[in-house]
Order: sequence, then structure tokens, then C-alpha cells
Amino acid sequence: MKKNVIDVKNMSFCYGNFSVLEDVTFNIREREMVGVVGPNGGGKTTLLRLLLGLLKPASGTITVLGEPPEKSSHRIGYVPQHRLFDPLFPVSVLDVVLMGRVGRSRGGLFSREDRELAAQALRDVDLFHKSKEAFADLSGGQRQRTLIARALASSAELLFFDEPTANVDSFAEQNIYNLLKKLNEKLTIIVVSHDVGFVSKYVSSVICVNRLVHIHPTSEINGKSIQDIYGADLSMVRHDHRCSEKGHTWVNF
Amino acid sequence: MGQFLRDLQTYSFLQYALLAGLLTSISCGIIGSYVTVRRITYIAGAIAHCTLGGMGAARFLQKEYGFDVTPLQGAVVAALLAACIIALVKYYGSQREDTVLSAIYSIGMAIGIFFISRTGGYNEDLMSYLFGDILMVSQKDLLLIGALDLIVVSVVFIFYNKLISVCFDEEFARISGIRVELFELLLLLLIALTVVLLVQVVGIVMVVAMLTLPCAAAGLLVKRLWHMMVVSILLCLFCTTGGLAISYQPDFPAGATIILMAGLVYFVAIALKKFGKI
Repeated sequence: MKKNVIDVKNMSFCYGNFSVLEDVTFNIREREMVGVVGPNGGGKTTLLRLLLGLLKPASGTITVLGEPPEKSSHRIGYVPQHRLFDPLFPVSVLDVVLMGRVGRSRGGLFSREDRELAAQALRDVDLFHKSKEAFADLSGGQRQRTLIARALASSAELLFFDEPTANVDSFAEQNIYNLLKKLNEKLTIIVVSHDVGFVSKYVSSVICVNRLVHIHPTSEINGKSIQDIYGADLSMVRHDHRCSEKGHTWVNF
Repeated sequence: MGQFLRDLQTYSFLQYALLAGLLTSISCGIIGSYVTVRRITYIAGAIAHCTLGGMGAARFLQKEYGFDVTPLQGAVVAALLAACIIALVKYYGSQREDTVLSAIYSIGMAIGIFFISRTGGYNEDLMSYLFGDILMVSQKDLLLIGALDLIVVSVVFIFYNKLISVCFDEEFARISGIRVELFELLLLLLIALTVVLLVQVVGIVMVVAMLTLPCAAAGLLVKRLWHMMVVSILLCLFCTTGGLAISYQPDFPAGATIILMAGLVYFVAIALKKFGKI
């Protein structure tokens, strides 16, 4: 039986008087790949930040890897969007990946082990040959993979992705999702994405966030549920689901 | 130039000035690189102007009441205090950051001018605080400059990896378990110390130029932060030494000449980059 890695119970969050998330309850088991979808402003990023311990819930509880999120956050590999970075910042690809080790190394300097783990992470994302290049000189897809390598170098047990395929071309997008699938063999993965169709091809369940939060196995996603999430009439383009029924797990909602 | 080299062998004030330039360049290149990549020149500017308060107060206490304090020491206290206030406001205050910086900037200067007006004797000090007077550096100042330099270099050497992580991606650093607030405060304190060193060399008004122009030029030429620091140090050395040498014989203002050199270095670097030499 797989353990729960994330447990959220009756959690609510608001900015001042403005309620963002209401009475959220769900859990995620280990080695699941879960997509988080919903309209802009629906609370996807807020949910992610709550799970990372960067925000505190107004009520209810969040447990990540058996601890409150602010204590377990160093065991999470967070992969933000690459376009948030200053293109003029002078760092090499290897420098960025080594930052994944900074929280782990006690002293000021990197050990040989740190360097080996960073090199391995770069091999995992197939960017080892670029390690000496400037981060700013890479393409969007390569930058995103560098940030994935940084998360891997931190020996994380859980990976969080915020729009991993935003601002990359379709070839790189495919490449990144294949990489996620490979990583999912060992790690639990949560992917925030605006692209319901694309996500549902890869993930085993989908968390739908629009103030209220529901979690569905991917096979259950249909026109009605998407309309509920986005609160408007939408036409659905059916993608072929690759997830088998067996891979889906029922989660309470 | 010949006059400069001849006098350098004879006059200790010129040797002190050269040495002050050399020592300051080290801190300036390192901390200026952080200031430039983190885009916080306006914070450095506010701290610089605020040092006038400390210098004026120290000068007043020294002249009127015979306290054993120098304006440079006063500047250290004022700069560190300003850095702490800025850090506190950033993390715990709900005020607009630029409003607070403007307040620090102008209140600091007002305090300085107030004390200077109450201090007897000539007020030629004010000009040297504002526009620098590298030729007036004393042996005692030189010791303080050396000590501050040592602090800046060793702290950056120890915490280089943590500081670069915080500068590059604050959120990731926080999630990794780094105490971001602590390192931001540390960086502000280091900026404060470097600002004090530079005030002596180029004056309050022109500190920001030294913290950005040579470092921005270096940033155009190299691609890693520590490479940028090394090149910045060399460019700062070139500007301070060159500015001092050029200004000496015709009696140009040294601080202004140094800044013009820095401006020249920056534009040459842009031109090199633009026309594809690098």
C-alpha cells in the first residue's frame, strides 16, 4: 500500500477578506503524478505556495512528507517558470544546478559529492554537455531543464512544477513531459498547468482548483467537469488518454 | 603623469591615496557586482547619502566636545544603521520601499548639514564629504579601510554560494532552507561598509557610479558572477589609479576624474559588445 505524501484537511486560505481557497481536502500518494488545473486567478499558485510552506492556511491542516510544509520544504524540489529569471544574471548552467545543493551543504564551499550530484542531475536532463555555458544563452526548453536539474540535485523526494511548458516550443514541451514521466518512476510529481488536455495525457489524477478544489482520476474528466472548473461554456477537444484504468486511484473529494 | 610618479616616491599623502584606491577597488568590485546583478543601486544610493549624517555628527562631537571619533567612523555607524532599517522595513514594514529609501536619503543628509552648520571653523569638510577627497586619507583612515576590506572579502568568500542563490532565486533559496532574510541583511551590511570606503575616495554623490559602472562593464564581458567580480576589481583599480594619476598634475578633482574614467570604461565595454569583438 502506497503512503500518503501530501495530506490536506479542511484547509482554507484568504488574502485579507478575499477568500481564495475554501475547505480543501485531498491527499496524494507516493509516486503519483498529479496535474493541478484551473482558470487564472483560481488559486493554483496559491495552493502550490501553501504546500511549499511559503503561505500559511487560515484554517485546517497541511501535512507534506509527514511534517508541516515549512519543515519539509527542503525535501521538495520546486521548479518555477524559466521566464521569471533575469536574463542578465551572470551564472553558468552548472552554477544554477549547484544551487540545488546550497541548502544541503553545511559550509560555504561545495563538496565533491555536491558536484557529482549536480553532474548526475545534468546527465538526467540530458544537458551535461552544456554545463559550462551561460544560463542566459540557453533556449527556453533548455533553461527549464536546467531548473529541473537544480531540483533533482537537491535529492528531493517530491517535485513541484509550475507551468513547466509555458514559453517553450512544442518539441521541447514533448521532451519535458517525457522527462517527467521518467522521473515519475521514482518520485511523486505535481504539475501546475493551464493545459488540461496535455496534462491529462500524462497524469494519473487531476486537481481542479477554482476556489473550491476537486480531485478526479483522469478518466473522469469530461465536458461537464471542465465546464464546472472554468465556470463557462467551453468546447472540449478530446485527446487520447494514455492512462489506463488501473493506474488511476480514487481519492476522496 | 611624470610629476605624479616622482611625487609618489616622496609624499606619503600620495602613497596613502594610491593605497586607499587599491584597497577600495577590491570591495567595490565584489560588492558592486552584487549591487548590479541584484539591481539595487537605489539602495546603495540611499545608504551613501545617509552617511553624511554620521560624518557630520562625528565631526561635531570631535570639534566641539573633543570626542575621539573621526568622520569615517561616524559614516560606518550611519551606514550600518541605514542598512538595518532598510532590511527591517523590507521584511516587517508595510510601507512603500521607495518612500522609506527617500526618507533615509534625505533625513540622513539633513542631519549631516545640521551638524556641520553647528560645528565651528571652516565648512570645507562638506565639499570633501560630498565629492570625496582621496588625497586627504590619513594613516588612521587607511587602517580602518583595510579592516573593512578584510571583513567584506572574507564574508563574501565564506558565503558566496548562499549569497548567489539568494540573489538568483530568493524563493528557491527559502524553500531549500536558507534563511533568506539573514543573508539579505548580510548583503546590505556589506554594501554599507563598501559605501563608506567609497565615500572617502569619490564622495557621497558619486558612490553609486563606482558600484555600477565598472561592474556593469565587467558583466558585459564575462558570464559568471565570480568572474564578474574579478574583472570588476581590475576595472576599479584601473579607474582609481588612472583617475588619481591623471588628475594630479593639472589639479583636477580626483573623485570626478575617477568617475569619468569609470564612465569611459562602461561605454567602451558596451561598444566592444555591440560591435562583436567579444
